[in-house]
Amino acid sequence: MHEVSLCESILQVMEQSAASQGYTRVNSVWLEIGQLSGVDLEAMRFGFEVVTRGSLADGASLEIVQIPGEAWCMKCAKTVPVKQRFDECPYCGSYQLQVTGGEELRVKELEVD
Amino acid sequence: MCTVCGCGEGEAKIEGQDHGHDHDHPHVHQHPHEHSHTHGHDHGHRHHYGQGPAHAHAPGMSQSRMVQIEQDILSKNNEYAAANRRFFSDHGILALNLVSSPGSGKTMLLTRTINELKSELELSVIEGDQQTVNDAERIRATGVQALQINTGKGCHLDGHMVGHAMHSLKPADGSVLFIENVGNLVCPAAFDLGEAHKVAILSVTEGEDKPIKYPDMFHASDLMILNKTDLLPYLDFDVERCIEYARRVNPGIRVLQLSAKSGEGIQGWYQWIRAARQLVLTDHPELGASGLCA
Repeated sequence: MHEVSLCESILQVMEQSAASQGYTRVNSVWLEIGQLSGVDLEAMRFGFEVVTRGSLADGASLEIVQIPGEAWCMKCAKTVPVKQRFDECPYCGSYQLQVTGGEELRVKELEVD
Repeated sequence: MCTVCGCGEGEAKIEGQDHGHDHDHPHVHQHPHEHSHTHGHDHGHRHHYGQGPAHAHAPGMSQSRMVQIEQDILSKNNEYAAANRRFFSDHGILALNLVSSPGSGKTMLLTRTINELKSELELSVIEGDQQTVNDAERIRATGVQALQINTGKGCHLDGHMVGHAMHSLKPADGSVLFIENVGNLVCPAAFDLGEAHKVAILSVTEGEDKPIKYPDMFHASDLMILNKTDLLPYLDFDVERCIEYARRVNPGIRVLQLSAKSGEGIQGWYQWIRAARQLVLTDHPELGASGLCA
């Protein structure tokens, strides 16, 4: 639901970087989006296209790298994979999990002219 | 033009400030999924990540170049939130971000809390809604200062709006600031406002599985308030199961059960506010020696 806000922030990041690095055109954008970040990828793609229209990234390709969810299981004392915040530990069934990965929302890199 | 950050005209409106701020929130799309099949997949996918050196561009071969960004998408909001947090910390202010679905009884809980604590603590309120100043007026009827932020089409408050609201509201040193977020269990979870705690309010007329339906919000909150407990005899709401769901997404979450209408359990909430305020005041002994405000 807030993907358009996030796309606005991505555009701000690109515009600031363009001003400091001296480029005028972004051809590709790589994002890292964690599985637990609450972002809907289709909404993100749609928002990106709408928000970047007429900007330095108009028509740029959007490459999304999904980062899998990970948590520390306190009972097993090891890192385990999770798909959702309310998942149980796949090994012992405990809910005593601390999420350690998959919350990323990052602009990783750009291909620019 | 705004003197704080240089932002221009926009959609969000803060009472008493005639310039708005929308650049973060032009939520003009209503139904993104209806369009995703026409827009989602027409990118070339020329640079598959993790499949060899697809973007290892050799110098001189192309005018294109790679720019490493490695920046959090929410970094701009986080900067505003950090500035707010510094302000709160410098002034010994306890800021609480109240989040819930629409209709959970946030505003009623707030008006009762204000009426019963205003003789003991200095209080102020920021009200976030898409439209109307009704809630701020309800709060002001208690005699406490309140400021309405209308987000327009926006679905959440952000750090930037709250920073601006601070300039009008000017909460007192050592006071408690309640920020009533837009009624929405999705988006406000991602936007830090600089608060000390997010407080999620869930009424027992909603589903007991809300904590796992909207896990991000309950994960981000330090306290869950189960409101409207006076209605429990008439409902099938399973309190124990609801708390268990909340602990699944956030093992450390505290839970209070109360009714803002009957007052049952509400003293626990006041004790929690006092305790949270005392923690804030550990850096400001001059403000909290008595635990009371003048």
